[in-house]
Order: sequence, then structure tokens, then C-alpha cells
Amino acid sequence: MANIMVRKTAVGTYSFYLPKRDFEDAIVAMEFDSSDKWGGEIRLNNGGTYYIEPQALPARFPISLRARRLDAAE
Amino acid sequence: MSELTREETEALIQEVLEVYPDKARRDRAKHLAVNDQSVEQSKKCITSNRKSLPGVMTVRGCAYAGSKGVVWGPIKDMVHVSHGPIGCGQYSRAGRRNYYVGTTGVDTFGTMNFTSDFQEKDIVFGGDKKLARLIGEIEMLFPLHRGISVQSECPIGLIGDDIEAVSKKAAKEIGKPIVPVRCEGFRGVSQSLGHHIANDSIRDWVLDRRDGQAFAATPYDVSIIGDYNIGGDAWASRILLEEMGLRVVSQWAGDGTLAEIEMTPKVKLNLLHCYRSMNYISRHMEEKYGIPWLEYNFFGPTKIAESLRAIAAHFDDHIREGAERVIARYQPTMEAVIAHYKPRLQGKTVMLYVGGLRPRHVIGAYEDLGMQVIGTGYEFAHNDDYDRTIKEMGNATLLYDDATGFELEEFIKRMKPDLVGSGIKEKYVFQKMGIPLRQMHSWDYSGPYHGYDGFAIFARDMDMAISNPCWSKQTPPWKKQPESGASTAPREAGELKKVA
Repeated sequence: MANIMVRKTAVGTYSFYLPKRDFEDAIVAMEFDSSDKWGGEIRLNNGGTYYIEPQALPARFPISLRARRLDAAE
Repeated sequence: MSELTREETEALIQEVLEVYPDKARRDRAKHLAVNDQSVEQSKKCITSNRKSLPGVMTVRGCAYAGSKGVVWGPIKDMVHVSHGPIGCGQYSRAGRRNYYVGTTGVDTFGTMNFTSDFQEKDIVFGGDKKLARLIGEIEMLFPLHRGISVQSECPIGLIGDDIEAVSKKAAKEIGKPIVPVRCEGFRGVSQSLGHHIANDSIRDWVLDRRDGQAFAATPYDVSIIGDYNIGGDAWASRILLEEMGLRVVSQWAGDGTLAEIEMTPKVKLNLLHCYRSMNYISRHMEEKYGIPWLEYNFFGPTKIAESLRAIAAHFDDHIREGAERVIARYQPTMEAVIAHYKPRLQGKTVMLYVGGLRPRHVIGAYEDLGMQVIGTGYEFAHNDDYDRTIKEMGNATLLYDDATGFELEEFIKRMKPDLVGSGIKEKYVFQKMGIPLRQMHSWDYSGPYHGYDGFAIFARDMDMAISNPCWSKQTPPWKKQPESGASTAPREAGELKKVA
């Protein structure tokens, strides 16, 4: 499990930040993205995938979360 | 020196790498790259933030340097105790020229060295008692200090002293914040982790102290983050922001105070200059307090104008007009500076090797002067820094991460830049090779270089270094080739006679 931070960019897309590695990347795909269910499997621009426990849409961004690494591209 | 092509630069890297043993060569090859602007992610071309190779000469610092020297040190009304043996504190004392206003030793302590001066018995029996006594002494001798930070040196972590417990207890006794910082030098691969640790300790021990308290806010409150006021940089930046109508609530950390740091969560926008050392706290404030942050660049008129407009875009028309007014006001001055220096510097090449933000931020300033940056590199950057650098640098220029003494010397010997921008450790090596060098860590005891006022000084200093007549006198007259011309010979003979 990794501590990550998800933030919204100026154009409204999500961006992924892994503080431990100072790694920031765009989220290109998210399994669930509606107001009642948000998260699931996310895919990053570099090809890595992470899993966030599906939850209600966070009230505000950025938000720190725990995520499971499924496949990191590094 | 004419520009190198991509192939030539690649060949140069290979040639330089040849001296290493196999394993070291493979490792170092990952840290050297030819810039390709089409690459979006730097880690495809360059590796960074890795442990330096044993046996090579690196110029990196340690976590203690990152915390005490960079982030905490400039906070002027706090006492920063170098907890451990005396050397770390003494050799990092006042070297970074973080200017501040105040009476040193009374209400400000920036250039003083406070240390617990560990001896053998402290290592054997533990130094907690000494720390407690030291805090009492500080309180007695310097009653106007606003707080203490305890900057751990290596032995503290090795012997397992509990500085947190001592700090908490003493803080209650003296009624001022005491921040234990676990920045032992052996942590991490460079000073970069020290920045992170220092940011985290500010977050945990200082930032939320005024949460919920009243604050006379205005819609134009901003803070300057990651400007360490080297030679007065933060002041030169601050006046521009104030002139466009913003209110600068806090300066992190150059000429900053504890109160300013505590009030930062009340601002509307965090302006981040040194991304590397303070992005952590900016991200934290964005999450916890909803304060957006913005990277800006105050080197050279082109970048300043861009940054001022980007900052103003976060505010209303009043500020936007203010930004245009500031840009217009300084335009004639800047044009005069460029008209004066550009003809003297046009086409000259520069190679940079610094840390933090400068390897990419100053590129614009050199370009404003008609100069070209042909190689750049960071001591302790991470991938996100190179992501930002790749776009700033020209194609086929050289990038080097954590360059070793040998590599840097070889690159500069071959690429023959007209100027090198690096630090004191490189200065005399290259000047003896006949290449002018300006220190880009401390501005070579000049400065400020930020802001419009700073650019005028920057241009003068670069011209002073490059156009100095001493560089044509590197070869003594008796070693001069005969083709250097008979016309110069008598003049030089005359000069020699004068000296004799």
C-alpha cells in the first residue's frame, strides 16, 4: 500500500502524486468516476496501475489516499 | 564554440565514461543524457535521486545541510541548534548569505552558530540532558527568541537520543515552540531528503499553531515560498508583488519569521520559487487548507513578465492591471540593460551545474542576454525537476545528474563554454583552466539576482566575469606561440617591465 495524493488539474483531469518517490503523473483512466462511486483501478500516463478502494466522490481535492500498486511502470 | 550535434554529444558522453570500470560506467551512463525536447517524461532519458557512486567525487550535501542550511536556517527569529558534534554547525554557519533585518544576537539569530558540541561522554551516556540544559541556557541568554529547532546531526540518530521527548518537555517549560528535526546527515542520498524532512517537521510542529485564530485577511494575500533571500533575492521579488497590489504575508524562509510561517495557512495563493525544497509543504497546504500553489520564475525580464501575468491570472482585474503596470514600468530599464550588455555577451555559451531550481530557472535570464545554455545539471534533483528542465533546454544540449568532479571537468574541457555557473567547489578548478566561473549558489557574494533589479546586477556580473581581461593573459608571454603577433609582444614586454 502506498500513500498517494490525487488532485484535480486546472483542466479538470485527475493527477496522481506519490510523495515518497516525488512522482507525479496524469491519471488517464479511472474505473469508477461518479458521485456515489469513485476510485477502483486507475491507470497512469506512464502505464502504471494502482487500485483505490471505491468510495464516494471526495468532497474536495487534493486528497491523500491509500492505494495498492497493481503494476508500476517504473 | 559551435553547437554540438546530437551524435557528437552522445559520443562525448561515451568518451568521458570510458575511464570508469564496467559497473560504474553502466551506472553513470544513466545519469548523463542528451536533451530531447520531444521526451515527455524525464525518466526515460535520465535517472536522478540515486545514491552517488562510492569513490567518485560528488558535490552533494547531506540531509542536515538540506534542513538546517536551507529550509530552517533562514527563519531568523528562531534559534536553530545544531545538535551533535561542533563541525556541522560551524561549517554551515552563515555561508549561504540569507540576508535578514534585525539585531543579531538580540531578536534575530541567522548568522550565529548554536551547537550542543557533543563530546565522547555525550555519545556514551546520551546527549538528552545536555540538550535540556542547552535549551535553558538559550532561554536565559536570548529571551527574545521565538522558538527553537533542534537539527539532529548523524550521531543523534545513531545513539538513539529521544530529542522529541526533551523538546516537548522543554517547550512546555519555556512556553515557546521547540521543533525536533530528525535530519541526521546519513538519511537519504542528498540534501533533498533534508528538505523533505524539514517540510514535514514544519507541517507537524508549526503550521497549525494558529488554526482557528482571527486574521485580518484581504483578498490579495500571498506568500513567497522557497525564496531564501540570498543576497536579498526575496526582497527584490517582494517589491514587485507588492507593487502590483498583492499583500505578501510571509516569506519562506529568507528573512522569514516564525509568525509569518504560522500565518501562511491564511493566504489565498502560495507562490513557489524553489520547487525542489518546498513543494512538499505547498502540496500539504493545498490539501489541508485548499490554498493553490503556483511555480514562478523571477530570473530575467521575459520570465518575470510571464510569471507576473500567471500570478495575476489568479486574481481580479485590479491585480491584472497592476501586473501590466509593473511590467510596463520596468520595461525601459530592462531594455537599457539589455542594450548595454547584449552586444557584449551575444552568442556566448554557458554551462550550469547547480542545485534546486537554478539549472532551469536561469536559462531564461541568459537567453535574455543573448547567451546560450549548452549544458545543465542538478546535484540533487528528482525526476520532476528534469521533466521541467527538458522543455527549457535546447535540443541536443547536455544534461548531467549528480555529475562527478571528473565528468564535469571533462565536459567543460571539451565543450569549452564561455562561462560556467556552479559553486565554490568548482570555481577555482575552472578558473585555473582559463574559463570564467560565476558561483550560482551564492551569486558570488553579489546579488540579488531575482526580480527586475536583480536582472541588472545579473547582467553586470556575467559581463564582468566573461569580459574580464585576465582570461586573455592565461598563457605567460614566454610560452606564447609566435603567431600571436609581433604587435602584442612589445606591449607585454613593457607590462612585465613595469611589474618588475
